[in-house]
Amino acid sequence: MADLRIDDVSMTFRLPNGGEVHALSNVSLTIRKGEIVSVLGPSGCGKTTLLNILAGFLAPTGGEVWLGNHTVRGPDRERGMVFQQGALFEWMSVRENVGFGPRMAGRPKAEIRRTVDHLLDTVGLSDFKEKAIYELSGGMQQRVALARCLANDPDVILMDEPLGALDALTREKMQGLVLDLWKETGKTVILITHSVEEALLLGERLIVMAPRPGRIHREYRLPFAEMGAGGDLRTVKRHPEFAAKREEILSMIWEMEEEIMGRAEAAE
Amino acid sequence: MTVLAIYVGLILVAWAITRFALAPLTSVDDFTRRKTVTFGDESAVRASRAASVFSVLAIFLIWGAFTGSRLTPLHAPEAWRMAPIWLPPPEAVWGRVVTIASDGYRNFTLFEHLIASIWRVVGGFLAGALLGIPLGFAMGLNGFLRGWFDPIVEFMRPVPPLALIPLVIIWFGIDEKAKIILLFLASLWIMAIAARAGVAGVKLSKVHAAYSLGASRWQVLRYVILPNALPDIFTGARVAMGVCWGTVVAAELVAAERGAGMMIMVASRFMSTDIVIMGVILIGIIGYGIDMLMRIAERKLAPWKGRG
Repeated sequence: MADLRIDDVSMTFRLPNGGEVHALSNVSLTIRKGEIVSVLGPSGCGKTTLLNILAGFLAPTGGEVWLGNHTVRGPDRERGMVFQQGALFEWMSVRENVGFGPRMAGRPKAEIRRTVDHLLDTVGLSDFKEKAIYELSGGMQQRVALARCLANDPDVILMDEPLGALDALTREKMQGLVLDLWKETGKTVILITHSVEEALLLGERLIVMAPRPGRIHREYRLPFAEMGAGGDLRTVKRHPEFAAKREEILSMIWEMEEEIMGRAEAAE
Repeated sequence: MTVLAIYVGLILVAWAITRFALAPLTSVDDFTRRKTVTFGDESAVRASRAASVFSVLAIFLIWGAFTGSRLTPLHAPEAWRMAPIWLPPPEAVWGRVVTIASDGYRNFTLFEHLIASIWRVVGGFLAGALLGIPLGFAMGLNGFLRGWFDPIVEFMRPVPPLALIPLVIIWFGIDEKAKIILLFLASLWIMAIAARAGVAGVKLSKVHAAYSLGASRWQVLRYVILPNALPDIFTGARVAMGVCWGTVVAAELVAAERGAGMMIMVASRFMSTDIVIMGVILIGIIGYGIDMLMRIAERKLAPWKGRG
């Protein structure tokens, strides 16, 4: 139904010195409704550019993005976004942040209240509804960000390294929460990350991108998201296949990084 | 020279008292007290309240001692004292405050003089903010408007408002309207620049988040950009209020029928030094009070400042 179709998308921009950057070159990818997809790659591979195009913040220089039967032309409530950090509104309470989307849409107050209460219970923040944002820890703030995104009931959730700034323990807990929410709501989730482990855990499909020009390098189908949802992530991580995949992908990314370094040296 | 030497002596005495007599009594064994590195750690430097009290006392002591005040126990030798025409004793100044508060000065009571000045500041500042904030927002949000207003704002910003006094007098005379126009011009650019900085300071991810959540342009302005700019606007408002207060006093020195500046200017022509000193002290107190009020308003209206 509402599949997300990335159709031959390219992004080329000019530098002030006349050079050109090929941030993305002919990327095509179809993400089925309800899929969770992680995107991994060394810096400069265009993964953030791709996410910004999906969100509608950037217009590609070539190709199109389709959601269901219409093209993406700008930001819209159908595509929610969770940012790394600092995208919450400090001048609003936790409740007001989560209720922002429905409020902008002019939903009735009682309905917003119900939605917000329910979502804050789901993400484990029942006791923090009236708190100010700056009173919460980093992990709690990202819980608010997740709830705020879900309150709008989007078709697709885009995540730009949402757990990147968290400490290891909090991060693991949040990974579990993301998986559970995905399972529970059946939303399409696209998650960008720097962490190979996180990409393995949170992707039914894992897309590895390569830089210069930014493109899709390899694609994996993985069983771990399905295993981890509602279960124990530590067990998943102990799985022999998990360790094998992690090694495989890590060495692939290492090779890419070395190749970039080599090219940079050759250019000098 | 003598006065300076005495002042340094008083500092040493006060330091000795706070250090050896009061510190053992008042110090609390809290976390800061356990810090071994305090020189260079600004957070470990706590203002000694006792020192502040002594500081104020020292000024009055010296003032009294050199003017033959009845309130000070010690007095400078007769030859060193200042004549009241140059520097009256503290009680003479206070006496003036009382008489002018009840009898008035130059057709207006003390209260009327001060209110006249404050009213001008408030009126001029509000007018400046009312136009300056939208102007700054327009410059922060639209390329054409930024280009259009940039040369005007950048040119007017470094012009001291005092330099505009003659022009304002030529164009608008010396009445109430002219004063408010001057203060309006003094605060307008400051407020516009503060509002523009507030718009520039919004994190792009907040704006993106709002659009993704379905907000319209107007809603992004109302619920994201405006509240995000509030702390910057308050900082600008505090600066603007300070500048306005200074400017109104200066403008009243030049030409006015009432006001704090007019009061001390006229008094100085008649060598009424007590009124001049009274005026300076009251101007200082009111300026400080205005800044305190602005800070309270800021804490009430933008409590998230610096905690984003």
